[in-house]
Amino acid sequence: MSENAFAPEFLVAMFDDQRRLVGAVNAVRARGLRVHDVYAPYPVHRLDEAMGIRRSRLPLATLAGGVLGLVSALAFELYVSVYDWPLNVGGKPDNSMLAFIPVAFELTILSAGLATVAALLLRCRLFPTIRPRVVGRSVTDDQFALVLRWRHTAFDPQVERLLYEHGARDVSRKAIER
Amino acid sequence: MTPSALAPVSPQKPRPAPRPVQPWIAADVSARRITDEVMHPLISRPGAAWLASFALAVLALAVGVASVAYEVATGVGVWGLNKTVGWAFDITNFVFWIGIGHAGTLISAILLLLRQQWRTSISRSAEAMTIFAVLCAAVFPLIHMGRPWLAFWVIPYPNSRGPLWVNFRSPLLWDVFAINTYLTISLVFWYLGMIPDFATLRDRTAAGSRRLVYSLLSFGWNGSARTWSRYETATTILAGLATPLVISVHTIVSMDFATSVLPGWHSTVFPPYFVAGAVFSGFGMVLTLLIITRTVMHLEHYISIRHLEVMAKVMLLTGSIVGLAYALEFFNAWYGGNVYERYAFVNRASGPYAWCFWIMVLCNVLAPQLLWIRRVRRSVAALFLLSIMVNIGMWFERFVIIVTSLHRSYLPSSWTMYRPTIIEVGTLVGSFGLFFTCFLAFIRVLPMIAMWEVKAVTGHASETTHE
Repeated sequence: MSENAFAPEFLVAMFDDQRRLVGAVNAVRARGLRVHDVYAPYPVHRLDEAMGIRRSRLPLATLAGGVLGLVSALAFELYVSVYDWPLNVGGKPDNSMLAFIPVAFELTILSAGLATVAALLLRCRLFPTIRPRVVGRSVTDDQFALVLRWRHTAFDPQVERLLYEHGARDVSRKAIER
Repeated sequence: MTPSALAPVSPQKPRPAPRPVQPWIAADVSARRITDEVMHPLISRPGAAWLASFALAVLALAVGVASVAYEVATGVGVWGLNKTVGWAFDITNFVFWIGIGHAGTLISAILLLLRQQWRTSISRSAEAMTIFAVLCAAVFPLIHMGRPWLAFWVIPYPNSRGPLWVNFRSPLLWDVFAINTYLTISLVFWYLGMIPDFATLRDRTAAGSRRLVYSLLSFGWNGSARTWSRYETATTILAGLATPLVISVHTIVSMDFATSVLPGWHSTVFPPYFVAGAVFSGFGMVLTLLIITRTVMHLEHYISIRHLEVMAKVMLLTGSIVGLAYALEFFNAWYGGNVYERYAFVNRASGPYAWCFWIMVLCNVLAPQLLWIRRVRRSVAALFLLSIMVNIGMWFERFVIIVTSLHRSYLPSSWTMYRPTIIEVGTLVGSFGLFFTCFLAFIRVLPMIAMWEVKAVTGHASETTHE
């Protein structure tokens, strides 16, 4: 699905209330229509299940980052203290593995955390220079928008009525503001 | 007496109705009103109170800059350190500021994992406090180096001196990694939390340079539910990572002391004791800051007396843990039978620095016990006073641990006294200046309450009242 192609081909239903929004999402999906997306000013309870959003795979990025951080930190500490230039500090062994753990732990956390955030930004296409494609300015304030692709709904005149029945304040066909 | 009065209590006896769960923020506060009120300080002119505080903070910062400039230009000899007490004010301030930061992470990460809704109105400012406190802390090791422009030598990079690597067995080096990781992760977490709020500000601002700035800061956020879903996963993961991180940071700070052989420092109780003390002092500072902020910025219905009361309870708990740790230290010194260890503690409580010790006991152990009383917990004035006392007491705790152990250790011929010079006091004043300058600027340029988190709480609260 190309999210870039925001032609004026969307049916946008605005809601004032998250409860009605979730009800409408359920109704639309029960009718066999695909929800393009929902826009909300905050994460809404039970919306994930209603929309059928699968569990995120971000934890894999965390794991990969963490393992990379841990292995490279321990390897580097061993390399510099045992192979590259062993120094006798207070008679402690060159390979003081226990003393290497704190730094390895910190670097594990650091790289796991940064990997998670990087994966999030990449997957959600969040970056300073990205122009926001907002469906309406109020969806970052106090309104909720349920967006359907128009081509899915073109032959179903009942959809607008369905949306109004489920508490939509306004249903309109429009492009998503660039 | 009628027979019915003697009859066993019937199982159908109506139970007292469960106490209604009060929402943390009144559900009738609409989302739009939250945006308006949080945005207000960002677009209005600063009031006289803010301007006066900011001027004072900048003045304090200037004192600090002058002190540090003089110290760097002249040498570390301008401090009161000597051969016996080679660490004093600088490391006291370092541990003090790092500890302050810990409450921010506790509120933003640990309470997020525990699903505590009250954290939402204070998390943003507490996280900001963490970052500014870590910055203040980082100043002290840097300037103690004497040649801070060579500070990058603590980073293991391929260099032309061998390469000569850093010593990974030293807790001081662990500190470098712990503090930098802590600062980085806290910054990222803080910024990530602000992205949706920047989008709100962007969409509320008319086209212009201000809107452009918000637009860049908002990373193109559009409120998509798919993004929200991943975003929540990511923040939960970050909270899960920050939780062990924050514990590790103060654990490592305590190891700066605990891994040495000095009486009064060489103790396995240090890590948990330091972590509890850090959270304790941090909550003291959060309370001080938020009591001032809610009054000056008129945010009483976001940071209500109930919010303050819960924080007071955390302070009571951690303060009691700290009190227990003090008692344990004394018990171990006596029970362990080591004369040096025993002397270190006798000296703490009755030696030349005894007045510092008793200030510490009064402020950290005795005063917070007043928080068992509900009326004290719900009195803004009392909480403010107690929070200031905790700040003072925790500063003295670090001073007591560091200076009393150093000034009289194994070799009586080396015993000496330490007195801070005016330059050291100026540097401490300057660190407060830096902290408050940053914080005051923060509350005027960034949304100091996480709008989306508060809206989520009120939104869900209104849902439950409808059902």
